Amino acid sequence: MPQGRAMHTMTTTNWDENGQLEVLTFDIGEECLAIEAVSIREILDLLPETRVPGAPDLVSSVVNFRGKIIPIADLRVAFGMPIDADEGPGVDHRIVVIETELDNETIQIGLRTDKVHEVATLERSDSSEPPVLGMRWRREFVRELVRQTDTVIVLPDLQEIFRSMAGAA
Amino acid sequence: MSGQDPAEAFRVEAGELLDTTEQALLDLTHQLGSRDLIDTVFRGMHTLKGSGAMFGFDALAAFTHHCESAFDRVRKGQVRATAELVAVTLSAMDHMRALVDGQGEQLEAESAAILARLQAAIVTDSEASGEGDGTVELDQPCAANPWQVHFRLPVEAMANGINPLILIDELRDLGATRVVALTQSIPALNALDPMQCHVAWHVELPGDVAREAIEDVFIFVMDEMELNIDQQAQAALAEPDVTGATAIADPDLAAPAQAALVAAETAGNRPAKAVGESVRVPAERLDLLMDRVGELVIVQSRLAQLACGGFSGPAGELALRSISEEVERLANELRDTMMVLRMVPIAALFGRFRRLVHDLARETGKTIDLITDGESTEIDKTVSERLADPIVHLIRNACDHGLETEEERLATGKSAAGQIRLSAQQTGGEVLITIADDGRGISRERVRAKAEANGLVQPGQVLSDSELLQLIFEPGFSTAAQVTSLSGRGVGMDVVKRTIEGLRGQIDMTSEPGKGSVITLRIPLTLAIIDGLLVRVGSGNYVIPLSAVEECLELSLEDDIRSRGRSMIQLRERLVPFLRLRELFGTGTRPDAFQKIVVITTGGQQVGLVVDQIIGSHQTVIKSMSSLHRSIPSFSGATILGDGGVALILDVVQLVALGQSHEERLRAAG
Repeated sequence: MPQGRAMHTMTTTNWDENGQLEVLTFDIGEECLAIEAVSIREILDLLPETRVPGAPDLVSSVVNFRGKIIPIADLRVAFGMPIDADEGPGVDHRIVVIETELDNETIQIGLRTDKVHEVATLERSDSSEPPVLGMRWRREFVRELVRQTDTVIVLPDLQEIFRSMAGAA
Repeated sequence: MSGQDPAEAFRVEAGELLDTTEQALLDLTHQLGSRDLIDTVFRGMHTLKGSGAMFGFDALAAFTHHCESAFDRVRKGQVRATAELVAVTLSAMDHMRALVDGQGEQLEAESAAILARLQAAIVTDSEASGEGDGTVELDQPCAANPWQVHFRLPVEAMANGINPLILIDELRDLGATRVVALTQSIPALNALDPMQCHVAWHVELPGDVAREAIEDVFIFVMDEMELNIDQQAQAALAEPDVTGATAIADPDLAAPAQAALVAAETAGNRPAKAVGESVRVPAERLDLLMDRVGELVIVQSRLAQLACGGFSGPAGELALRSISEEVERLANELRDTMMVLRMVPIAALFGRFRRLVHDLARETGKTIDLITDGESTEIDKTVSERLADPIVHLIRNACDHGLETEEERLATGKSAAGQIRLSAQQTGGEVLITIADDGRGISRERVRAKAEANGLVQPGQVLSDSELLQLIFEPGFSTAAQVTSLSGRGVGMDVVKRTIEGLRGQIDMTSEPGKGSVITLRIPLTLAIIDGLLVRVGSGNYVIPLSAVEECLELSLEDDIRSRGRSMIQLRERLVPFLRLRELFGTGTRPDAFQKIVVITTGGQQVGLVVDQIIGSHQTVIKSMSSLHRSIPSFSGATILGDGGVALILDVVQLVALGQSHEERLRAAG
């Protein structure tokens, strides 16, 4: 883990040669997020989750995903969004299983989402670095912001989010 | 199995044969007179020679033939087995492995060198024991120049009823060690008449066969054929590579022979490859798997029937439900059976270290006993493979730095022979592997001096003993005053630590100056199955490894109230600390009316866990948690329940430590 913390480099976005990126877009709270389609493994309906006592809030539970125990991450925690404990999951609630690299280890993580939209193609020309000021979130958790006609899509830096958690734990 | 390359099948078989023979040889070092062991070695070589020749590994067959005849003489009591002979034979075994891998061409010089040493080992011994003359003759083939027979049958030989195979068989009966078919003159396929014989042969025969005997083989065909019988001098055989031989045999520590290092290297690394290629599975486990598959086929046909509209309405639903239950049960059982197939006894891993210790003992000139314990402990195949290298490092370190020389040991009142103890045991979701030596232990002063020299710690920095010992695992650290071929290159311990952590294990070290060091590896069983006790705490299910469970009691209401604030319960004559899992896990639920205490124990220490309900015993397939959850101390893994839900597996060691620390705090408080 020391090497993880030592290289504080931002994860770069792999735009293709045409400056495009295929992503899956989904809602978390009020925000629309996008993750590279290549790292998406599966989209699941709700699974019975098992709380892990003592685990960080970001990944407070695990599920059985095809015989593997994978953590379920709630990105609302990372972005400091309000979590209404009493509110049950909505009808559009899905778990998006992604595969990512963390400290040279490939792991699968389920992301709790409020609604999954579609697989979309983003244009590099629409994207910009996150502003230094004026964001509600920790800047290092956001790789890029991509302007769409009616909204702004956030490309989160999942590795940085989970790495920060590993460091904090 | 069909379609498998027969040569590949032979390689696997030969690998196993060599392993068992090597084990017998190593046993032989300790009991040189054992007839059984000598017979085992002899039989192993005999089988290897036979099947080697059958599958066309001629170089191997020829080489093994000489080793076999050497052991034949030992078996007949003409020569005594000596440590030197065993050592030479061990290096011959390594050579055989290389030959099995098909590197015969490049290794001829080495073959000759080893055979020369083998010869020397036998001859010196038989001379020493005064029964030399008659027996040296027996091994003549080693020394005499072999016959080189070259023959080509007339093209129409087969049409005339001559079968070249019979000729070759006859040559083999004479002791032919090497038959090479020369196929250069075979015409292209479209010009080939299958009735014609275009192949020529080159046959090598032992030098002691009479020329007449060879000529007799060809007596009926001699007239028309090409035949060339020659007794060539082979430089390599006559003049063995003396430098190579001594380098391997040299037990002197002062000469860190590169060859010896390579030998030790191969002893440790070579089998890892073999394990990766095949697994031996006990037949009963396979039978079990077969039974399940059989049942699955039956259920499948029931399902097919149902799908074809055999039933409708409630009857159909009922049938479907019963099939679904059946499939669920079978799937679970298949999974469990499959998991067990991946488990291998650690004996296979331990077995290869005996050779390593043997080689190290020769190299360092120390007498080293290796004692192994808990070899039936099963670990996952992949884990076993990945553990090989780190343990090789640790054993080398123990032999090289840990154990003193014989004189030093005697001077400090220890037995002359150093002891390395390698043991394995399963505790809960982990396998503990300990490597203990009874050597000089670790000198704290030297560790400290070295760490300061390397800038790992500041002079005067206060370190606890365990922190100091942990420095050994830092990259670039080495206490070896003098670098030897065995260890002490400053790589090693940090690599070991990284590998163990890669397996999500831990490495702990204790050391007592003058008494020795103990290194404990805690390796989680990634795919192991344990018997567990399934309990409920709040709304969550948890598994306690059954091996750690001592008893289950009810926590009566009055005990519960009385024990508030002190968390101790009187268990017969003893006070046992207990942990309320509901509070520890912060479930936020009200306790059940009848809570239970599960008393667990590890390392002689007890702690009670208060749970809401005991559900029952549960066959637990241990799944690892992702790296995001690995740092949580209370759990060693998770498992999947029958309904697809997840239950966390409690880490017994951590919980007991937690309970004990509570107790100490209470004691301290008064």
